[in-house]
Amino acid sequence: MALEKITSVSGQGVYVPGDDIDTDRIIPARFMKCVTFDGLGKYLFYDVRYDSDNNLTQHALNDPRFSKASIMLSGMNFGCGSSREHAPQSLHRAGYRAVIAGNFAEIFFGNAINLGIPCVALQQSERNSLAEIIESTPDTEIKIDLVQREIIANDTRFTFEIREGARESLLNGKWDPIDELLSKAEDIQKVASSLSYS
Amino acid sequence: MSKHNLFQKVWKSHEVGTLENGQTQLLVGRHLIHEVTSPQAFGMLREKNLAVRYPERTFATVDHIVPTDEASEPYSDPLADAMIKELRKNCDETGVTFFDVSSGKQGIVHVVGPEQGLTQPGMTIACGDSHTSTHGAFGAIAFGVGTSQVRDLLATQTLALSPLKVRRIEVNGKLSPGVYAKDVILHIIRKLGVNGGTGFAYEYAGEVFDNFSMEERMTACNMSIEGGARVGYVNPDQKTFEYLKGRPYSPNESEWDSAVENWKSMASDPGCVYDDVVYFEASEISPTVTWGINPAQAISVEENIPEPEHLTGSEATSTIEALEYMKLDAGAPIKGTPVDVAFIGSCTNGRLSDLEEVATRLNGKKVKEGVKAIVVPGSQIVSQMAEEKGLDQIFKDAGFEWRNAGCSMCLAMNPDKLIGDQLCASSSNRNFKGRQGSPTGRTMLMSPLMVAAAALKGEIADSREIFPS
Ligand code: SF4
Repeated sequence: MALEKITSVSGQGVYVPGDDIDTDRIIPARFMKCVTFDGLGKYLFYDVRYDSDNNLTQHALNDPRFSKASIMLSGMNFGCGSSREHAPQSLHRAGYRAVIAGNFAEIFFGNAINLGIPCVALQQSERNSLAEIIESTPDTEIKIDLVQREIIANDTRFTFEIREGARESLLNGKWDPIDELLSKAEDIQKVASSLSYS
Repeated sequence: MSKHNLFQKVWKSHEVGTLENGQTQLLVGRHLIHEVTSPQAFGMLREKNLAVRYPERTFATVDHIVPTDEASEPYSDPLADAMIKELRKNCDETGVTFFDVSSGKQGIVHVVGPEQGLTQPGMTIACGDSHTSTHGAFGAIAFGVGTSQVRDLLATQTLALSPLKVRRIEVNGKLSPGVYAKDVILHIIRKLGVNGGTGFAYEYAGEVFDNFSMEERMTACNMSIEGGARVGYVNPDQKTFEYLKGRPYSPNESEWDSAVENWKSMASDPGCVYDDVVYFEASEISPTVTWGINPAQAISVEENIPEPEHLTGSEATSTIEALEYMKLDAGAPIKGTPVDVAFIGSCTNGRLSDLEEVATRLNGKKVKEGVKAIVVPGSQIVSQMAEEKGLDQIFKDAGFEWRNAGCSMCLAMNPDKLIGDQLCASSSNRNFKGRQGSPTGRTMLMSPLMVAAAALKGEIADSREIFPS
């Protein structure tokens, strides 16, 4: 099955401030008691979106101005902690198609790219400017252009960073590697039988 | 001949080829799975009509959701019950070996692998779990993966990966009494930061790691991921080989000598090049406690809680956020912070030596009234060995609950949870907001002996004062 070539992502943004937002925060462990990923979208950031009496909090994801957002902006080391793919899965199922942050924890980054969610890195000062645009004019359409490595919001352009291999796999529609991996069955067998352990 | 480090050698020997996007297709010789991150992967295989290609290379156990105080199924939590049954079914259908609860070998996946001799030097090991770095203690390249990659592994035994840089971390000198592997790794993370290791494999070395037992090396490697490093390892040595001798999945007598030769050849060559080298002095490390909401927010038990006024930028902001969540006073001594719960267990510190270290020093002392203290062995085998030594009785006499093996309160996917804003002295590895099951629950990470000290005193205490040697 050919995958979609992801050359850009456009949509409204939402700003979730903070560094070191871990995957336990993105999706608390108790919602991982499931045998499929279906329905995880509603538990995204659950413990910061609801208070102990189950009332909605002031969290940005509860703000109706950002209810249509599909691009999340956050701080440094986004997605650290647990390797749970439940985290990018819940982002995706809640409608998020890209994440902009200072940088990303490695396992999260790999998991997200595998699902076709570009994760792009911006400098602090540019994140601040972008956050200001999102907060002051929530309707602004933000475009993440993977070809030009640019984020465009109104008249402002920011150059972002993303690991080249990841960018290419998104651009070429190869972000899910399974078909390519499967096609190398013979080479795999060769290496497997060369190992000193079985 | 050019010189290489262990990471490069192991990587090279498992390379299948280069993918179109420039990544390496890497063969993973051992694949470990558990009930939380594998069912969706088996589902994806079914959807794509794919088989498990090398079922003999995958091993399963159940750890996260198992209750530690009820032994029989069905479990009272229907979701947990569905998860264990799903794993059992997936293993049955595909021929994957499953260390089920009835096998006597069940436990936390990172305790079970080494215990069974599945974890060996020179291997590539992956598991849908970030603490897979634990297995690096044996000189394996071991890392956590997501569920789509669990699918890739089941279907092809390979992954698409980019190589890591290698940072050698040397800890030299001698640790003072009362300072443990847990303190060493918390100290390293405190100094290098929670994302200091991004893009790196950590090679731990120096006298301290040379002198560590295998279990201590596992404790340190376990938390590599807490410093942002996906992989952490120690070069294999005589201790590694001795540990592995005679384990169920270790090479047998006739293969042993050649296996050891091969393992030795995998160690980093003297004089090889690293991308970075960092040095620490053992004498600078004290019993360490976290005060915040990430594992780098740690201080020595003798220090005071940081004051945001003395910090700048994002460090100040994150300190304010952490102190607010932890309900701690800036500038106050960390010692004396009241605790509600004490948890000894997890893949960081739930092994026999951890339990022994505490039990042999309890000496008739009692858990402070009002503190809930639980001990959860990392595996059924740890539990059995501990019981043979009578440790369970010592713990129970001191007022600890003695539980069945599992992850338990490390992340509270089973019934063991904090309630409200309880504060837990914990021997586990993560102090994230809500980690131990209550959205407002508070976690302070420390060594098992420091947890015991907190349990006896009812507050954060210096284990060296509570248990003078
Ligand atoms: S003990 Fe904790 S960290 Fe270890 S595998 Fe279980 S949940 Fe994960």
